[in-house]
Formats: sequence, C-alpha cells, structure tokens
Amino acid sequence: MKFNRRAFLGTAAAAAGTLSAPLLVRADGHGKPRVVIVGGGAGGATAARYIAKDSKGEIDVTLIEPTRTYYTCFFSNLYLGGFRSMDSLGHSYGTLAAEYGINVVHDWATGVDRDAKTVATAGGHSIPYDRLILSPGIDFVEGAVAGWDVSSQNKMPHAYKAGSQTELLRAQIMAMPQGGTYAMVAPPNPFRCPPGPYERVSMVAHMLKEVNPTAKILIADPKEKFSKQGLFEAGWNNHYAGMIERVGPDFGGDNVTVDPEAMTLDIDGETTNVDVCNVIPAMKAGLIAHQADITEGNWAPVNAADLSSKVDENIHVLGDACSQGDMPKSGFSANSQAKVCANAVRGALTGSTVFPARFANTCWSLIDTNNGIKVGATYEATDEKIAKVDGFISQNGESAEVRQTTYEESVGWYDGMTADMFG
Amino acid sequence: MIVAFRNILAIAALVGAPTLINAEAGGDPERGETLYRQCARCHQIGAGAVDRVGPHLNGVFDRSAGQSEGFGYSEGLRRAGANGLVWDYDTLDAYIEDPRALVSRTRMNFRGIAGQQDRDDLLAYLRTFSDDPSNIPESAPTAVAVDHEVAPEILAIVGDPAYGEYLSGECTSCHQASGEASGIPSITNWPAEDFVIAMHAYKDGVRAHPVMQMMAQRLSNEEIAALAAYLADIE
Repeated sequence: MKFNRRAFLGTAAAAAGTLSAPLLVRADGHGKPRVVIVGGGAGGATAARYIAKDSKGEIDVTLIEPTRTYYTCFFSNLYLGGFRSMDSLGHSYGTLAAEYGINVVHDWATGVDRDAKTVATAGGHSIPYDRLILSPGIDFVEGAVAGWDVSSQNKMPHAYKAGSQTELLRAQIMAMPQGGTYAMVAPPNPFRCPPGPYERVSMVAHMLKEVNPTAKILIADPKEKFSKQGLFEAGWNNHYAGMIERVGPDFGGDNVTVDPEAMTLDIDGETTNVDVCNVIPAMKAGLIAHQADITEGNWAPVNAADLSSKVDENIHVLGDACSQGDMPKSGFSANSQAKVCANAVRGALTGSTVFPARFANTCWSLIDTNNGIKVGATYEATDEKIAKVDGFISQNGESAEVRQTTYEESVGWYDGMTADMFG
Repeated sequence: MIVAFRNILAIAALVGAPTLINAEAGGDPERGETLYRQCARCHQIGAGAVDRVGPHLNGVFDRSAGQSEGFGYSEGLRRAGANGLVWDYDTLDAYIEDPRALVSRTRMNFRGIAGQQDRDDLLAYLRTFSDDPSNIPESAPTAVAVDHEVAPEILAIVGDPAYGEYLSGECTSCHQASGEASGIPSITNWPAEDFVIAMHAYKDGVRAHPVMQMMAQRLSNEEIAALAAYLADIE
C-alpha cells in the first residue's frame, strides 16, 4: 500500500531531518518535498493549484477532500433566490488531477501527527508531509443556539455549508404555507461571509415575493450591526417593504431558544410559530484544526506574512479556519491568502523567490434582480496581523445601471474565482 | 492634504531601510492605553462608557464629527460634521495633534500631542473600540499603506515577468487567466504599453472603478510594469 510505505519513510526522514538541512526541508528517500493540503475549497484548491503550477513538478502536492463534487458556498444564496442552479455551483477536481498532477485523495482527514509529520485519514491512510496546509472551513460551536444541534439540521437547516443543506432549505421555503414565516437565527461574530445571512434574507424575500407574497421573514440577530447594513436595509425597504423584521440584541435577538419538534422560535421569552427556521449557529475552525491542536479558542492563529500557524511552523492555515487579523472570512479572502501561502511554501521548500505578501477581498451581494452591491478592501501583512489599508463600498442612491454592472461583475467574478481554484 | 503628507513620511522612512517592510502597523495599543489616561478624565471608553464632559469614544472611527446622539457638541464641531468631517485615522490624527487647528471653535480644551508615535499609539488603542474590519469589512482601516520595498534585483529589472506572475494572482481572483470575459473584462495579451497606461489611469483616479482604483493605487510603477510584461505574453 503506497501510503503506508510512504508513512514509514516519512517518519524516518522526519527524524533525520531535524539534525540537518534546516533551510530546505526535504524528506530523504523521496525525490521531492511534499505538501499535503486538507480541504478543497477556496483556500485549499487554490493553494494546491498554485503550488503545483508554479513549482513545475518540483513539489509533490496531495489534496485531501472528502467530496468528489464541490459546491461553492459563495453564490449558494443565489440558488435560494432562483438565480442559479445547484449544478452551476458544482465543481470537480478532475482538472487539478489531470492537468496539474495533483494527487487528489477523496477521504476525510481525521488527525495530524505533528511530530511524525503525517496526516491520518478515515480510510486508514497515513500521509506524510514536509508542509501541511489546513483549509477546512468552518464547523459549528456546540450548544450555541439553545435547542439546536446537528441532529436537528434537517428540521432546522443551517445551509451554511453548500450542497444538500441548501437544497433542503430551498425545498422548505417553497413548501411554506401562504402567509407563513421564514425565520433566521443569525450568527454572532466572527463568522463565514459577513454579508451572507443578509444576502440570504434578500434572496429568500425575492423568492417569497414571487410565490408567497404575504409571507414574513423574521431575523433574530445577536449583533448590533452587520456588514453593508445601510445598503441592505435600504434595499429591503425598496424591494420588500413590510416583509422583513430584524430583532437585534437590544430587543433580545441574542437570547434565542428553538424547538425543532414544535417548530417554534423563542426570542427573549416570546414564542413564535415558524414554518422555516434557518439556524446559523456560532462558528469555529473546521474540526481538523482542533484535532491538530493548533487552535486558540475557536480559531487557529497564524502569522500574517505566510499564513503559518503560530503553534507549528510546518503547518499553514487558510481561510475561515484561521484568525489572521482584519480580513473577513470569505472565499475571496481564502483564495487571496492561498496565493501568498503558496508563494511562501514554495520558497521554503525549493528556494524560489518569496515576494511580499499582499491580500485583497471583495464581497458581492445581490439584493434583487440586477441590484448588486459590493464591499472590498486591500490588506497587508504587519508583524501582528493582516491589516486593512484601503477599501470601498457601494453607495445608497447608485443608479440602476451601476447596480446591474455590479451584479454582472459578480457573475464574472464567480467564473474567475472558480477557474482560479479548479483550473 | 493630510493623507499625502503621511505617505510622504512613510516613504521617507523607507529610504535606507534594507529589510522588507510591510504595511505600517499603526502603533502600539498597549502604550496607547497608558497615553489615554490624559483623555480619560473627559472621555469614557469601553463597555458601559457614557458621555461625560466629552462624548464617549466607542465606535469613533467612521463616525461623523459632532454626531454622537445625545451629546451637546460645540457649534463648531457640529458644523464640521455637517460639512462632511468623518473621523478616520488621518482626521483623528490631525485633531489630536492640534484640536483647534482642525476645528477652530471646538470646546475640547486640550493642547494636543506633538509626537507622531504617541498619536499612532493612542489611535491604535482607540481603534480597538470601533468596528472590526474582519466582521464589518467596510469599517475603517487599521494600518497605513506604504510602498513596498521589493528586493533590488526585482526593481532593477523593469517589467520582471516572474514578479508579474506572482502579482497577477491578485488579478485572477476575478479576471480569468484564460482570457475569457463574462461581466469582468479580459486582461490577457494586451500590448504592455496599453496595460501600463490603463493601470496608471486607475491609479490616478482618471478611470472610474472603485475596485480597480483600489488595486492600482497600491501597485508601484515597477509592479505595474511587471504585470504588463507578464500578462502581455501569457499563453
């Protein structure tokens, strides 16, 4: 079995490696340095592609990702609004394997042995690495919403990892009785995609306006403020007047209990019967980051210049799972971090030029047909963190043409981003 | 123009600094906490802060001057806010340096802080009580951009395609490397000169597009040349 043999060689090499060659770490008995990447989303797929592409075969790249078809979380709200098909959000890893020579392993990573420098998988393999890149996305904090746990996710879906959960949520919205109530329990900071819950409300409202115009949307929100709030609220007034009610923490939006059996939502002691309850709990780094024991609280702290873990210099953490400073948790951020990380990892393993870190993010959101908005910023590495240096945001009162162009841009961005990830 | 002045300072600081310098971190919040003691007699900050002699300073970044609800401001500060004064790093920096120079009829009875480092540290402390860009991406920056000091061998080669290839990673998050265009235009195989002219037009704000202006503004001349060289011949 290839992996077991490699694991043996890798362990021996790791022991020998500590005695010599600190600069270009390389497993003896194996021709090339090895990078293992866990998680094939915006961070992991991008890092895999850039390391494989730019090292031109000098680095052995393995990508561990359980799903064969990856459904992007970004744009999944547009599926809820009827603007995209689920198929159009699905991507395979075929090009990464066939054209970039990446060893794509469809398996669950279940543990990291940081001393032996190996990753264990559910399929029983042990995969050695010189550098490990973790990009596992998010998991939910247990007990974050009273009355809800993962066993309730069919009755009260989170739909915050795209795929079957998103399809389930859409089916539930379509099955709502006329005049029924869609409720959302919004997450506390920090969480994946700061404008995401509010774009989702816009998309659900768009769908309900067509098929169920007397329906109501109720948001329980533990946060005082949220991203693009002024833009969303103006958009909701213009397009969905009277449909959406948001209860913030000043009225108990942070004191919520749900009952998935009774389909009730209790906000600060007041119980409401709801037809759909979209519970988006508090988040933490994907499980493997905790299993690797490189987290501090809910997230894995990293150095800004190369996204290396502050706990283990041979591990890098990308995207939602890391805590890095000012960048929001988004697919765009993960993709941007992945390219900086890929450049640094390649430099460490092959001696190639390491260029200065630079990061960017843009979050597009759709309010209604052809009404797109955006917020974006550039970031740089300081000694302490990734720090915001400049930014922009859409303005209220922009013309319909500007909003339509912004939406068209977001569609173009989706194609660009997914090509950058999957080749 | 305060912004330009700060950037000149930052660039001047870079001359003769051989190491790779990243963004200016903006100051030391722990030292700023100590410096804040002279403000605390009038301005509360943190959990439960309320207006006293001066307004509380939670969320002061991004707030319009003279607009904190319920506080009785001087006419001068109210008018400055109505005229568009928004508190950000640069305006707060100027106000703390010499309050009456920025708002001549403010009631804030404070002589100002002359030292840039002291102001940077104080502002870094104040910044921690305003919105966090990781949660509210549009909230105020926490650092000041500086020109990159790139290794001399990179700068020496005008239009180094290898550096351009690295930099183009920022472009291909949106613009497709294959040259396909849908909603976002193609940037591949442009004549290098046309590309350089277009990017400088964004950098100077002549071409209007907020994303492209932001991206171009932090590219140096050499970096634009490197991108042009790489993208001109991309396959």
